[in-house]
Amino acid sequence: MSRATILSEWWKTLEIKKKWYNFRRSPLSLIGLIISLSTVILAIFAPWIAPYPEHAGFYTDFEHANLPPSWQHLFGTDEFGRDVLSRTIFGFRYSLMMAAVVLTLVVPAGVILGLIAGYYRERWIGKLIMRISDIFIAVPPLVLALSVCSLLTPSAFNAMMAVSLMWWPWYTRLLYNITSSIKEEYFVYAAKVTGASSAHIMFKEIFPNAMGAVLTKITLDVGWVILLGASLSFVGLGAQPPTPDLGTMVSDGAKFLPDYWWISMFPALAISYIILGFNLLGDGIKDAFEG
Amino acid sequence: MFKYILVIDIKSKIVRCVFKMRAIWKYVGKRVLYVIPTLIGLSILIFILSRVLPGDPALMAAGPNAPKWVVEQIRHQLRLDKPLWQQYYYWLVDLFHGDLGYSIYTKRSVTVDVVEYLPASLQLIFLAALFEIGGALALGIISGRYAYKLPDNMVRVLAYIGISVPSFVWGLLFQLIFAAIIPLFPSHGMYSYGTIPPPRVTGFSLIDSLIAGQFDTFVDILWHMVLPAFALSLGAMAQDARIIRAGMVDTMQKDHVSLVRAYGIPERTIFSKYILKPSLVPAVTVMGMDIASLLGNAFMVEMIFQWPGFSRYGINVMLNKDINGIVAVVLVVGIIFAIANIIVDVVVAYLDPRIGRRSA
Repeated sequence: MSRATILSEWWKTLEIKKKWYNFRRSPLSLIGLIISLSTVILAIFAPWIAPYPEHAGFYTDFEHANLPPSWQHLFGTDEFGRDVLSRTIFGFRYSLMMAAVVLTLVVPAGVILGLIAGYYRERWIGKLIMRISDIFIAVPPLVLALSVCSLLTPSAFNAMMAVSLMWWPWYTRLLYNITSSIKEEYFVYAAKVTGASSAHIMFKEIFPNAMGAVLTKITLDVGWVILLGASLSFVGLGAQPPTPDLGTMVSDGAKFLPDYWWISMFPALAISYIILGFNLLGDGIKDAFEG
Repeated sequence: MFKYILVIDIKSKIVRCVFKMRAIWKYVGKRVLYVIPTLIGLSILIFILSRVLPGDPALMAAGPNAPKWVVEQIRHQLRLDKPLWQQYYYWLVDLFHGDLGYSIYTKRSVTVDVVEYLPASLQLIFLAALFEIGGALALGIISGRYAYKLPDNMVRVLAYIGISVPSFVWGLLFQLIFAAIIPLFPSHGMYSYGTIPPPRVTGFSLIDSLIAGQFDTFVDILWHMVLPAFALSLGAMAQDARIIRAGMVDTMQKDHVSLVRAYGIPERTIFSKYILKPSLVPAVTVMGMDIASLLGNAFMVEMIFQWPGFSRYGINVMLNKDINGIVAVVLVVGIIFAIANIIVDVVVAYLDPRIGRRSA
């Protein structure tokens, strides 16, 4: 069976039309969808939307430094005279890229490990995988991600790697729970009796039942990953200046706080905006799948 | 006759209680046995990461212009010249002697640092946990009581905002609004300028100030703790309020509630005894986890409010690439996390009527 048909079968099991109907009924979910879409659009078209795209990187214009919000600079300018609005729009790129990279790395790895651990629950391989995932969960993800980032050289790329390293156990656990409850079902036995391979049972019999849960978790996790990334760069262990990363912008601007509040407050609100959007969207999708 | 039944009832209650305690202790023992290998695994993980990942800590500690023999000396002092398994073995031996190694950041034993900084963080987290539990209960109960009405909708929107705004953004916002614009609270630190810190007895400055009889200092410290603790608690508070609400809405539709209502039991009793109590069980689990994860968020909040605590020490250690310090920070957080989880399990087991009854 080719890959395309497998994908289309997985897609069919999701029953998108019905889910969309459920989703549409809640105004909060729709607000979430609008917010998340707006951040994605801003991020993709940042160079065309931002009023001063050249302010995203190295740029100094000390004549216009620390200007309060005005019509020329809606969010004001920072200590180097860079437009805060432009940098915030570019900042969405880094936040979303963080979430995208982390989740594309983490989801397949966590899902496959979870399937194996759940399917071979009684064997040593399953136990080993779960014990290792316990170790990673034994500390709040932020603390472990911070320490891994500090041991590597701080950069946006290393922050993504560190967060990915911390995040896979959650998917492993999710899939482990689902797999170990489903593997006793009759259709799994039926597949076994007809001589299906373990891989076939895992990916074609068991995994489609977990699709909804995984998809829900992915959308709920986007907000958390962005939060974690922003926290890392806020502490100074993530993206380094002059990268227009929202967390870095907040911590840089915090030095000028009571007087030049706009330098840090607008990026801070932008972080909250993007996380709020994805939280609402994730909850909407979760309700749509459950309801 | 009635008296007789009452005696039996009390007797069976006591028996059940004893069985329950026994079941709970057995459970705790099992949990502790399970947690120990996890913590050892965690120590191996972070130890290996701290030694294997690129970057030379000895060179970092000595500075870029240090002569070669100084770097070699520091390398020898940190045992970085030995094979990895020997390094871990000696580290473990030292750990059992209560020594977490030499810190290249504070230039003394990490154990001394942990003892010095941890109480301040714990006391901040304790206050944050009080705020969290109080706020979550209040908001959750209001929301559940008036489900799908105006107060509920308001609380739900507030909860979404509470979850979505990171704790460091709350910290900066509070600092800006309640310390800079409206000077209600101090903006940073633990003591006001000119306050003499109480002599160190327990390390918890609140308790120390009471022991020393400095009541003004006690109030001063508490005053400094309000903003960071509140900033820290908001996210977890919102999350738990939502879970309490969901639990209550769920319980309200259960059959047993209709049954007690049909019996004519007053609405107040129904609410507190048959709706609220069962819906708190899932909330306690999440609450405990959230309180433990305050320890993670405390990293940013302590940095913003310059709170002289363990998390700020952790940040400094990390920024200075102090490998022994980093390992110690992760391990201490792991131990606190494990203890918190076990406490939560005990509380849940205590609240859950099913545990212990089966064996009794």
